[in-house]
Amino acid sequence: MKPPPPRGPVSAATREALLSDPQQGAFLEVRVPDDVGNLLRDDDLQLALWMLYEQSYRAFDGAHDHEWDPAAVAVRRSLELPFEQQLRNAVQPMLTEALRTGGDIGSQIEHAIGLVTGPDLSRFLHREATREQMLDFLAQRSVYHLKESDPHSFVVGRLGGPAKVALAELQYDEFGAGRPDRLHSSMYAVGLQAAGLDPRFGAYIERVPASTLAVNNVMSLFGLNHRLRGAALGHLAAFESTSSVPCRRIAAGIERVGLPAEMAAYFHEHVEADAVHEQVVLRDICGNFVESEPGQRAEVLFGALACIHLDSLAAEDLLVSWGDGVDGELAS
Amino acid sequence: MSDAYSRSGAEVRIEQYGDGPILVRHADVVVTDDGQEHEVERPVVALCTCRRSQRMPWCDSTHKSVRR
Repeated sequence: MKPPPPRGPVSAATREALLSDPQQGAFLEVRVPDDVGNLLRDDDLQLALWMLYEQSYRAFDGAHDHEWDPAAVAVRRSLELPFEQQLRNAVQPMLTEALRTGGDIGSQIEHAIGLVTGPDLSRFLHREATREQMLDFLAQRSVYHLKESDPHSFVVGRLGGPAKVALAELQYDEFGAGRPDRLHSSMYAVGLQAAGLDPRFGAYIERVPASTLAVNNVMSLFGLNHRLRGAALGHLAAFESTSSVPCRRIAAGIERVGLPAEMAAYFHEHVEADAVHEQVVLRDICGNFVESEPGQRAEVLFGALACIHLDSLAAEDLLVSWGDGVDGELAS
Repeated sequence: MSDAYSRSGAEVRIEQYGDGPILVRHADVVVTDDGQEHEVERPVVALCTCRRSQRMPWCDSTHKSVRR
């Protein structure tokens, strides 16, 4: 894909810089404001950060190699550090509460997830969403599902022992367990195509709001920074343990509005897969990781809470954009 | 579940995770109490223990809704 259209001065300057020769030093001209405001809902800054991260995955057509250009890394740092800090501030009370409960890390993560309040998007998709709303949801989710599990793969090399073995086992399943037709990102692309949507990576990037970009960016933030490896595992734990039941509802919603079986198949696959992954990630990955690095317990919980917090913001924005309140039946 | 085995003779590992499902690794076939054989299509499978799954014998996380 080409770098997407900008949404403000920082993403515009970042886009220009990516398309320029590193010798020109264009990233030195990208100015990130000192006081960034609420980054979690800032379209311009989240898009700039998304483009910077994307260099470490598939990169962009027509862009030069700025992945380790020191000036580009400096811009990335000036965006991702306040992003991380704002996430820490947002979940701090829940983190304190989750740590107070004691017990093993698996139960602490489950407890932490329950502390975050937000709209229940999957129930809405199950029973009420129109066909158009369902298509909008599927298009917006494609920003992640077409590169599903890629961010967490960066963490494998940072672990050892049983936690590494368990993460590799989970990722192997995500990546098709030896069968290219079961690669989850490909299954999603097949579903999009069958539903009449564009299956190319990044096709719907212009449509997603800041909160959905943040849902994606947080995985890169955690995955690309060694010091945030615990948060990356906590994020994975929260993601996997809030997936199986919602996927069952979404699959039923897809069938209710008459979208093709290929699209529902992706979600059906995740009902069983994530029922397994949930157990593996809580006990085998996070349990063994915290046993080997006891000082990382709070970081794992931070990652789990950051995942659910951002998922809630994105769900709220989606429902509001459809004209549905977040109160009444939708609130969980 | 009455049995889980690997046709290649690999050692099958079976573990129960708390009060959740039973996880089975390296099996090709799971045989349920009624004698029916179920092909295993992923590296680890979770078997329902609450008996409320809509995809028996596989866990579909229904136990979480029930517990709540």
